[in-house]
Amino acid sequence: MSATTPDVRLETEATTIAFLLNGRETKALPGESLLEIADREGIEIPRLCYKEGMEAVGNCRSCMVEIKGERVLAASCCRAPSAGMQVNTESERVLKAQQMVIELLQSDMPEKEYTRHNEVDEWAVKLKVGKPRFAPRPHVQADLSHAAIAVNLDACIQCTRCVRACRDVQANDVIGLASRGQHEKIVFDMDDPMGASTCVGCGECVQACPTGALMPAREVALSVPDKSVKSLCPYCGVGCQLTYHVKDDKILYVEGRDGPANLSRLCVKGRYGFDYSRHPQRLTVPLIRRADAPKSGKFVMDPNNVMQVFREASWEEAIALGGGALRKLRDQFGPKSLAGFGSAKGSNEEAYLFQKLVRTGFGSNNVDHCTRLCHASSVAALLEGIGSGAVSNPVMDVMQAAVVIVIGANPTVNHPVAATFIKNAMRHGTKVIVIDPRRSELSRTAYRFLQFKPDTDVALLNAMMHVIIEENLVDAKFIADRTLGYAELAKNVQGYSPDLMAPICGVPADTIREVARLYARSSGSMILWGMGISQHIHGTDNARCLIALALMTGQIGRPGTGLHPLRGQNNVQGASDAGLIPMMYPDYQRVDDPRALERFSKAWNVPVEKLDDKPGLTVVEVIKGILAGNVKGMYIMGENPAMSDPDADHAREALAKLDMLVVQDIFLTETAYLADVILPASSFAEKTGTFTNTDRYVQLGRQALTPPGKARQDLEIIIDLSRQLGLSWSYGTGERAVAAVFDEMRHTMPSIGGITWERLQAEDSVTYPCEKEGDPGDSVVFINSFPTPTGKAKFVPADIIPADERPDTDFPMVLITGRQLEHWHTGSMTRRSGVLDAIEPDPVAMLNPVDMAALGARPGQLVTIESRRGKVTLYARADESSPPGSVFVPFCFYEAAINKLTNSALDPFAKIPEFKYCAVRLTLGGTAPAQVSFGGGQILEAATAGED
Amino acid sequence: MTSPVIPIARAGATKQRKRELPRGRPVIPQAIAEVEALIGAAPYRHDLLIEYLHRINDRYHQLGAPHLAALARLLGLAQTEVYEVATFYHHFDIVKENRDGSLAAPPVLTVRVCDGLSCEMDGAKQLLEKLPALLGREVRVIPAPCVGRCEQAPVAVVHQRPVPRATLETVSSEVQAGNFNDEPGKYIDFEAYSRAGGYSLLRDCVEHRRGVESVLKLMEDSGLRGLGGAGFPAGRKWRIVRGEAAPRLMAVNIDEGEPGTFKDRVYLEQDPHRFLEGMLIAAWAVDISAIYIYLRDEYHGCRALLETELAKLQDDPPVPLPKIELRRGAGAYICGEESAMIESIEGKRGMPRLRPPYVAQVGLFGRPTLEHNFETLFWVRELLEKGAAWFTSQGRNGRKGLRSFSVSGRVKNPGVKLAPAGITVRQLIDEFCGGMKEGHTFYGYLPGGASGGILPASMGDIPLDFDTLQPYGCFIGSAAVIVLSSQDTAKAAARNMMRFFEHESCGQCTPCRVGTAKTNALIAKEDWDKPLLAELSQVMRDASICGLGQAAPNPVDTVIKYFPNELG
Repeated sequence: MSATTPDVRLETEATTIAFLLNGRETKALPGESLLEIADREGIEIPRLCYKEGMEAVGNCRSCMVEIKGERVLAASCCRAPSAGMQVNTESERVLKAQQMVIELLQSDMPEKEYTRHNEVDEWAVKLKVGKPRFAPRPHVQADLSHAAIAVNLDACIQCTRCVRACRDVQANDVIGLASRGQHEKIVFDMDDPMGASTCVGCGECVQACPTGALMPAREVALSVPDKSVKSLCPYCGVGCQLTYHVKDDKILYVEGRDGPANLSRLCVKGRYGFDYSRHPQRLTVPLIRRADAPKSGKFVMDPNNVMQVFREASWEEAIALGGGALRKLRDQFGPKSLAGFGSAKGSNEEAYLFQKLVRTGFGSNNVDHCTRLCHASSVAALLEGIGSGAVSNPVMDVMQAAVVIVIGANPTVNHPVAATFIKNAMRHGTKVIVIDPRRSELSRTAYRFLQFKPDTDVALLNAMMHVIIEENLVDAKFIADRTLGYAELAKNVQGYSPDLMAPICGVPADTIREVARLYARSSGSMILWGMGISQHIHGTDNARCLIALALMTGQIGRPGTGLHPLRGQNNVQGASDAGLIPMMYPDYQRVDDPRALERFSKAWNVPVEKLDDKPGLTVVEVIKGILAGNVKGMYIMGENPAMSDPDADHAREALAKLDMLVVQDIFLTETAYLADVILPASSFAEKTGTFTNTDRYVQLGRQALTPPGKARQDLEIIIDLSRQLGLSWSYGTGERAVAAVFDEMRHTMPSIGGITWERLQAEDSVTYPCEKEGDPGDSVVFINSFPTPTGKAKFVPADIIPADERPDTDFPMVLITGRQLEHWHTGSMTRRSGVLDAIEPDPVAMLNPVDMAALGARPGQLVTIESRRGKVTLYARADESSPPGSVFVPFCFYEAAINKLTNSALDPFAKIPEFKYCAVRLTLGGTAPAQVSFGGGQILEAATAGED
Repeated sequence: MTSPVIPIARAGATKQRKRELPRGRPVIPQAIAEVEALIGAAPYRHDLLIEYLHRINDRYHQLGAPHLAALARLLGLAQTEVYEVATFYHHFDIVKENRDGSLAAPPVLTVRVCDGLSCEMDGAKQLLEKLPALLGREVRVIPAPCVGRCEQAPVAVVHQRPVPRATLETVSSEVQAGNFNDEPGKYIDFEAYSRAGGYSLLRDCVEHRRGVESVLKLMEDSGLRGLGGAGFPAGRKWRIVRGEAAPRLMAVNIDEGEPGTFKDRVYLEQDPHRFLEGMLIAAWAVDISAIYIYLRDEYHGCRALLETELAKLQDDPPVPLPKIELRRGAGAYICGEESAMIESIEGKRGMPRLRPPYVAQVGLFGRPTLEHNFETLFWVRELLEKGAAWFTSQGRNGRKGLRSFSVSGRVKNPGVKLAPAGITVRQLIDEFCGGMKEGHTFYGYLPGGASGGILPASMGDIPLDFDTLQPYGCFIGSAAVIVLSSQDTAKAAARNMMRFFEHESCGQCTPCRVGTAKTNALIAKEDWDKPLLAELSQVMRDASICGLGQAAPNPVDTVIKYFPNELG
């Protein structure tokens, strides 16, 4: 935020030039500023407003240098040398100016320290600035209204690093520079209290602030950490690298690290959502269900009253009981009477070992995880069409794309850091087209926003293809050389003219044409999508259309093009890669492929006939299998189907019916509540392992904390349990075990074959495909061919299939479910994180003000939402992002578990349920949702109870 | 001035509030409708943000937060992007919601009393003290930085109506009479100007009877320099910008804000088309595709006049015209700085840009830009008609050309004086201003407004022109000469100027933002800490981004240098 002109600011020479720096001939590279050159040459120049990675604005004037022949000094951060220029960084005049600037700023600094690294003070010491000789400015009031960030503008030096962090880096546009002169002030929105503003709490401003004027709330960053551990964020698929600053085995605060997917950026969850690890409700001892506590799917639970239902046990007893019972079921009812749900929150090593346990210990392919609920359809379509379920290009490629389509995704909420790069691209001229029934934040600055009717994806996308074909905007050579089945697809979309489809999808025909042309003609077009595409009974068809769009225009196989399903969980890519899915072994080797069976029989040292050659049951099919009496025992690690599965009452009823349910988790989740044996596991920060992000970066998460009480690391628990099932693995313990499992993985998974544990230790992140040791790894794939038997991609036509349950007179509205920024999935972690829970404490339904008025509801009133399967009562939030006729509810609130209402109808190909569409009715009022011992902002209320 | 915002405890959103609405200030449908009614239907232009703010402020006499939020929504901007621009400009009255969501009513009427040096010397303080009681609680009386009518000091402005040589009685009677508008006086309008041969020179140019090269050459030979203050040779500027890639834009600076300066207004009020013709000739010579005229907000009469005359010109164009837009400042001296003005035309906070690149290369909307002060263009026609030699034959004391001095202060006949360049202040006072005012003895003078320093009467024989005052730590700038008498002190003048600079600093860079404030604190004391002031002055000169901060120490430095008698 300055008055400099971006992109043309530095008048640089096109080639390397020579100039004199303090009398010594020095070379300058194109684009380098004097400050950067000085840094490179080991000459220290003070700087405050300058921060690497941000636009240089030259407002603090502490980096002044003298240029021979110029009347005034120059800000070295904003000047490039010209040939022969004579620059002096150490003259008396320069030093005086630098010292005086620091003295002026220091004279206004408060007595109180807000950071351990006040850059003004640090430069004052270096420049030997004595006690400031000027009277300080009038006192400035602190703003402590935000749960995560304290604002102490008495330490503000107006350097605008926070403004640039908020606007240029994160593109959240909350912080502004208001008023002028002495009154110039950093403001949130319209000088509103930070806690009442549109601030999304990403904390980028705190990370940028040089004086602690913006600091982590409650002074948590003033203590000196015992250690700082380089690790990862545990939440979404973006895969941000971060540093945990730890003291007394507790995380004090978190900072972003310069990872390939986040460039030091974080969002509110990554930066402030870490304290769940130390929540008092952590499970710290193994538990066994009490004999007098029968299971029932209908329950209201309070994790504080865990001992009413469970008793403590030793690890030996718990493992023997759980593992023994599963073994008995297997032996009595056969391998298919057991099933396992692993977790996309666990590491690659855990996922790999979990599926290996199910496949070799249980003896079936009944293993799945929540990928089934998020992107199964995308993966199915991608495998079918282009032979690989992973993304073709990393998110960061949006910076190189000319056109980006974001469809069925709300990245500012669900992939916040990825969204920042999309917004950056937008501001650098990339035309971003947002296609979504909901008006997401991204739509505000999008080039075009197509608010189409829910459930009409295929109509809209086929119409776009119709235009591209009719106007001959196809890439004929690409189609001929690299694809199959075009003729059939072309024939199919003939019937989908924009004029016919416009009334169906609610987008004007001309807009459809314009967007189709933009996408087809651009030098590079990329498509990113989310669960708005995948979570339909026609999710696979939706994804097929996106693939066809990319193929017919040749918008794939180059930087700045391609297909990117934004993956949800931090390791959903890795868990699927590792074979935590019922139809594939690791690296997508099909279970019914004899060669794959042969390979794994050898690798795992089991007779090939012991390996099941039929695909196993998917998540929702397992639930149905239990109710049918076929599945009798389960091992669930780190998943919460009782909250996350559609028609949750039904799922809970099923789980309650199991003869043996072993749940391995960190909290008493709704699923754990129905367990027979609970094994206390480790949270993300308590273990080491690799995690694969949405871009295919395999990244290393390192242990920062010790698990509490008797809780153990997940990998060790899986290994212990395997012994009960007759397996005799020898991976060792601790980090050695992790390394050993990873090594076994890479030898069974060609795509990561070249990634060694040592390299991960050294580099933190390696992308795949990386087949041979030493390969750099390919972030963009399909450049010359597709990983299909023919090397060619396949068009798969799709036709309109309506949602399984359409609104009618009884249930006239559409329910769309999803997530919200502060809360992760079923809320078990984030609602136990003080800051996140304080920011979004209560269950809310986002309703368009129009619908709200029709209902006669005032904002904040209770409404009851009911479907054919269940009902919940929660608070009605007036929110224009929801289109009229629909209601959006996040599924993270246990006291209003919306999945009790959702429809478990499945996509026939991918078995993904239709979370994004079911019919509901709304009524005013109802019983207020009952919050128990977590949620509702309790943690911070208790922590700040003593204060003013 | 922005109205004081009552500080309330900074509280975040309550749990109930979070249940009701998404985070942040909701946008009220009624506010959207009201703003739409003022700014019309989409598409909207971000560069017109300040114009839109004016429409709301004119209609509602304030900018309520709900209207700002609505405007942000309509423009697709973040709320803070609108707020930060609105709060930069002092003519916008921003009003936030009370706790119950209501808005404080705007004052029924605002009277601004100019507290520039000339007005202060002529009794502005007394007006400011006594007017509130006289006009009653409903009328808001506030000080305003120089309103550009120094020859009429002291000046009060009743809403938009200037009251020259204001007294308690005259201000009061204007308020009583409900005379709130500034109506232009008699001037040479489009018809009269055209009848008298106006625009034929422009036609000659456009219709190839005069060549670009000959015009450029004549401009260069005349030695005409930019008359806004910086004095860059006009002909050279035309040639430089012409050499840059098309499309090229032009920005005309009538943000005449340097205290003591009023020449642009006086000429504009008399003969606007002479300026417009000069502007169009420059645009022709440099092959400009669009022209933006930036007029300071205080000149309400000029705005009405220009709107009328531009419309006439565009209705009956003598030659095909480039796009011409008239833009309205909003109370910010800094927007007279060329790059700050460009930022303001782009709809942003008027913060000067760092250079290089220069505006001639990368200016308005990132395009090469010819930026000129009003008066520079005003002379183009006469120069081209009379020739370079006519101009260079003028001058005194070895200097060439004519200068329009805005003379105010303790002289008998203040006003715009067209005098030979190089004239001394004594000659100016005696020959052009009828001598000193009755009872006043010449004591000192400010040769170039607030920024040009202060000199004692003993140095009253220095030729006044570009470059002649530099050796003395002064400069002529916009040729605003304020004359002090033995009833004044240079110290008081310096305090007035520094107060002005602190008030008008954009706040972008440390030396100016903090430096002007610290200087003010130091010179408010009876004893001045001269060594510390000297250090402060040096950093402001060396390290400020723009001329405001670089020149701000001039009054203080020259008081220390030339008026030791006042410092004891």
